[in-house]
This record gives sequence, structure tokens and C-alpha cells, in this order.
Amino acid sequence: MKGFIRSLQVALWFMFLTFPIMVIKVDIVEKTVQWRWMNLVYVGIGSFVLSFVWRFLMEKKNKGIKAREESRDEKLSFIQKILTEPRYNRPLFLGLLLFVLVFPWMFSTYQTNIMISALLYVVLGLGLNIVVGLAGLLDLGYVAFYAVGAYAYALLNYHFHLGFWTVLPIGGLLAAIFGILLGIPVLRLRGDYLAIVTLGFGEIIRLVLENWDEFSFGPSGISNIPRPGFFGLHLTVEQATIYIYYLVVIMSLITIFVVNRLQNSRLGRAWLALREDEIACEAMGIDRMKTKLAAFALGATWAGFAGVIFAAKTTFINPASFTFMESAIILSIVVLGGMGSIPGVILAAFLMILLPEYLRAFSQYRMLLFGASMVLVMVFRPQGLIPNVRRKYLYGQKQGVR
Amino acid sequence: MDYFWDLFFSGLTRGSIYALIALGYTMVYGIIELINFAHGEIYMLGAFTGLIVAGICSVLGLSLISTLVLAIVIAMIYASAYGVTVERIAYRPLRNAPRLSPLISAIGMSIFLQNYVLLAQTSKFVPFPNLIPDFAFMQPFEDFIGPSELVIIVVTAVAMTVLTLFIKYTKIGKAMRATAQNRKMALLCGVNVDHVISMTFIIGSALAALGGVLIGSYMGQINFFIGFIAGIKAFTAAVLGGIGSIPGAVLGGLILGWTESFATGYVSSDYQDVFAFCLLVLILIFRPAGILGRTNTKKV
Repeated sequence: MKGFIRSLQVALWFMFLTFPIMVIKVDIVEKTVQWRWMNLVYVGIGSFVLSFVWRFLMEKKNKGIKAREESRDEKLSFIQKILTEPRYNRPLFLGLLLFVLVFPWMFSTYQTNIMISALLYVVLGLGLNIVVGLAGLLDLGYVAFYAVGAYAYALLNYHFHLGFWTVLPIGGLLAAIFGILLGIPVLRLRGDYLAIVTLGFGEIIRLVLENWDEFSFGPSGISNIPRPGFFGLHLTVEQATIYIYYLVVIMSLITIFVVNRLQNSRLGRAWLALREDEIACEAMGIDRMKTKLAAFALGATWAGFAGVIFAAKTTFINPASFTFMESAIILSIVVLGGMGSIPGVILAAFLMILLPEYLRAFSQYRMLLFGASMVLVMVFRPQGLIPNVRRKYLYGQKQGVR
Repeated sequence: MDYFWDLFFSGLTRGSIYALIALGYTMVYGIIELINFAHGEIYMLGAFTGLIVAGICSVLGLSLISTLVLAIVIAMIYASAYGVTVERIAYRPLRNAPRLSPLISAIGMSIFLQNYVLLAQTSKFVPFPNLIPDFAFMQPFEDFIGPSELVIIVVTAVAMTVLTLFIKYTKIGKAMRATAQNRKMALLCGVNVDHVISMTFIIGSALAALGGVLIGSYMGQINFFIGFIAGIKAFTAAVLGGIGSIPGAVLGGLILGWTESFATGYVSSDYQDVFAFCLLVLILIFRPAGILGRTNTKKV
């Protein structure tokens, strides 16, 4: 009963709160006012129901915290168990790989194209995961490095007719250089300042690309970027799509492999330590600057690679593809998936890119749901969809590494 | 010379608006050490509420000055309500979480609010009526300062003065300063910290809404995205002056306004936003604590 009254209060509050924006729509020029009373009813019912859900989740979360305090050893969730146990994960990975390999032959070019962008976001998400998830540096301008990669291919091709394969490493390298250039001055800053400066940096890059017409052809962008060549053969659009698809698959496999190896390397553990406590980390003899710069440069490299592939895939780029929203999408992939968790990031990338594609009816609510899910995940499941399993040493009867 | 004064006053106007928004950032940061990314969106919501009130008033045929007052008051009330709600939903549950969590939640909130207005209202630029009447005594100066600019500068100055007095002399102002200095200690001394934080959000949001309505009337159009750029610039202003410091926010806002105004006037208008961001990057590199900020070293 108490909960009922509480929810009623919440519903009334939200009806009051959303009243002007949701109900009234004015036109100053025509001097008309449009009243949309139905919206008020929807808001009332919606917030009434959601407040019950909110309270239920809140209670569950509080109980979970208490339970975790009581029992010291963490239990792995169902998904984590499947992913860590070789008996289950090997057939699973094999099946997934097989599905991914036959995908372009089973579905249309359109579907393949969607899959390519989903896989590109996997690469981007894993790249940003190095910076945000492992090293704990909140980078809100990640898309700038993506833009560097894409423009590197477009411009080098336009001016010097360099091919895709030549530019791919150059794009990655350029992005890494930009990462270091940005990193040197700003890495001294604390977490939230760093977020704002990287955001500013991302916007500067976009604004420069938009306004410096002689260099980047302004807002109209660059078109007729060639697709990657295949030993000099001429490919039709469908064949080229399939070819790019396999390229992206290989790219993401390499990314997964590298990030996985990095995570367990000396450098990866230094990142984790840096994320947890900078001062303690420095006291243990880790060079803070070098480690942070490595994170920035390595993260940027993947964005550069992804940018080159993106330019080759769409054959047209303009600054509108590299807005802050793009950075926010990549960031929410990392956050939703679970910071530092590779399977989580992959799952989240697929969810974030494929769901809006297949739920066309909701596509206009896409960004609204992005925003809401970022808040909700942070409040109720800060560890993400598939939380990262930390390597730890167990002493006692079970000697060894888990 | 007229051109110079023209730029000077347009910079002052801009700077005043930045200062109004920056105050919200600086106060929230001072108390809970969080960059309230959704603050720019509160400003945008204030502008939209003001537009809606102004629209209804114009249909009812109210006079210009009562429209202005009504629009500002209602926008401030609603913006405060939004500010408090955002704090309750997105920040309060995360008060003891790692630093990154509330920041990401704030970004999510900002995206959510933008798209909420986009879906409920419109994605296009909407015209905003000019709510500020022409003053007869402005005649000799109208070459370089218009009535809107004068009203913005005066209103901002009054708001700053009231705020300073409020923080300095009222009980809740004292509680705010105490909480900003040391939250735990304030709690032990019987300050209701939740209440203080809510109050901070109310004041910050109300000031942002004031800025929103004034800039809407000054610019003549608004859309759902104005909060993003304004938010970043206001944050720049807050950092410039030293985040957490109220006079610093005002100073930072004015410096930023003048920089932008003179840079666009004398250098190039294409790169208006780039100047603000470059200024931000330069300040953070050379003086991370800001002009009036204190550097506090972290102790182990």
C-alpha cells in the first residue's frame, strides 16, 4: 500500500514535470497552441509502472550488496561460467565463428552491410575499452581518431593515389601519433578534466574538418573513395561487400586476440593498477606517463584502422559521421558491455547496432534509449552486461591461477 | 572604435550567459565533485519552457513585460524541478560509486534529455519571440548595445549579486559552503547534506533557465541541441575561473565571452567554437586549477 502511494506521487510528479514539454506545442509565428493531452496520460501510466520497477531493482541491488559483503568469494554468473570453462566455451566459439564465416553467403548484401558496421563497432569498442575499461581514462573524443583514420585514407588516396593496403597501417600510425600528441599535455589531468579535454579535442578535429575547405573539402566531404583492391581483380559491389566483410571479420579477430593478450600482459596489469590507484601504482615503480600514453596510443590505433576500413566501405565520408554522438555510442558500448570485459563489449556492440536496425519502429527512440540505458546500467549494474573476470591468485587447497 | 565597442558588448552579453550557466557547474562541482553533463540540457529545457509560456501568453494577448516575467519565472521553476529530478535519478544512487560512474550516468542523462525534447517538441530550429521591449533612453547608444544586451547584462549582474549575498548570509548558504569544504564533517555537524545538494541543483538550474530564456530572446531561435555547446562552453568558463569558485565562474564566463567575440570579430567567424575549445585545452594544460582556483594536492 505504501508503495502504491509512493508510485502515485512519482506519477503525479512526472506528470507535472513533463507537462509543458510533452503536452504543449506552440508556434510563435502562426500564434497557435497545440494541446496533446494524451501524452500526459501516457507519462502518468508509464512513470507509475516504472517506479515499481525502479523500487524493485533498488531493493534487489541493496540486497545484492549485503549478500556480497557477507560471503567473501565472488560467484561467477551463468554467462561468465560458460565463457571461462573450456568445456563449454570451445564449441560455443567454434559455432559462432562458423556462423560468422558463412553469414554473407546466407543473407543479402544489405544484411552483410549491417553486419560490417556492427563488426566495425566491435573493433572501435575494443579499442576504446583499452583506454576506458583497462586504463580508466575517460575519453569522450575517441571518434576524432576514427576520423583521422578515415580522412587519412580518403586524402592520401585523393592526392597520392595510395591504395587501401598501404594506408591501413599509415592510418593506424597517424591515429596513434594523434593519440600521443593529445596525450602528452592532457594526461596529467584528473579523470573528469580529461573527459572534457578529450571531448573538446574531438570537437576541434570535427570543426577543423568542417571549416578547412582546402584541406578536407568541408562539410560536403570526399566521395569516390575506392574500395580495397583484391589482387588487381575488378569486383562488383556485392563481391566487394563480401570481401570487406571478411576483412572486418579478420580485423575484429585480430583485435580480440591482441586486446586479450594485452590485458594479461605486464602493460595490461599496469593499466588495471593505474585505474585502481595512481599513487600506489607509481609507488610500485610503474611509469605513469608512459603507461597512460601507451593506452592512449594503442586505443587510438584501433580507431585509425577502423576509420580506414569505414572510408573504404562507405566510399564517402564527411565530418557529419564523426560527431560527439558517435563517441557516445562507442562509450556506451564499452559501459554497457562491462568495462574491461571483451565478451561484454562484443555483445554490447552487436546489441547496440543490430537492435536499432531490426527494430525499425523504434529507431527514432534509439538515442533516447541509449541515454536511458547508460543511466540505468550505471545505477543498477555498474559492472555491465558481462562483468570482467579479474585474474586472481587463490591460496589454500586450490593452488593455481583462475 | 565603434566596431570595438560593438564586439566588447556582444562579448559581455555572451559572457554573462556563459557565467549564468557556469555557476551551476561550479556549484555542483564544488559540492559533489561531479561534472554535471546534463546541466546544458537543463538550460535548453529552460529555454523551451520559456518559449512555451511566451507562446501561450502571446495567444492570450498579455503585454510584453508580463510575458517576459512569466516566462522567466515558470522556466526557472521547471528547470529547478528537472534539476532535482535528474539528481535524484542519476546521481544520488551513485554517490559512493567510483568517480567514472556518475560521469557516465550524467552523459546518459544529457543524451536522454536532448532526445526527449527532440521527440516531444521538434528537431528543427524554432523561432523565439523577442521578449525585451525597446527602451527610449537607449537611443544614443544603440549603435553598439541593443536593449536585449543591456537587459541580459543587468539581469546577470543582479542575479550574481543576489547569489553571492545568499551564499554569504543565509543559513542554507552557510550549509552549502560547509558541505563544499568537507561533506562528512558537515554531516556530523548536523547539516542535511541531501537537502543541501538538492538546493544546489535548484539554484544552478534556475540560473541556467534564466540564461536560457534570455539567450532565446536574444538569438531569436532555439533547438534541442543548444544545450550541448553552451554546456561545454560554460564548463570551460567554470574551469577557466577555477572550478568550485563562484566569482571565478563569472570571471571565466566574461573572459570566454570576450575571447570568442574578439576572435570572431578580428580573426575568423568559422572557427568560433574552436577558439573556446583551444582556450579550454590551453588552460587545463598550463593552469589546471584555473585563475581563481586553489590547487589541492592529494594526500595518501
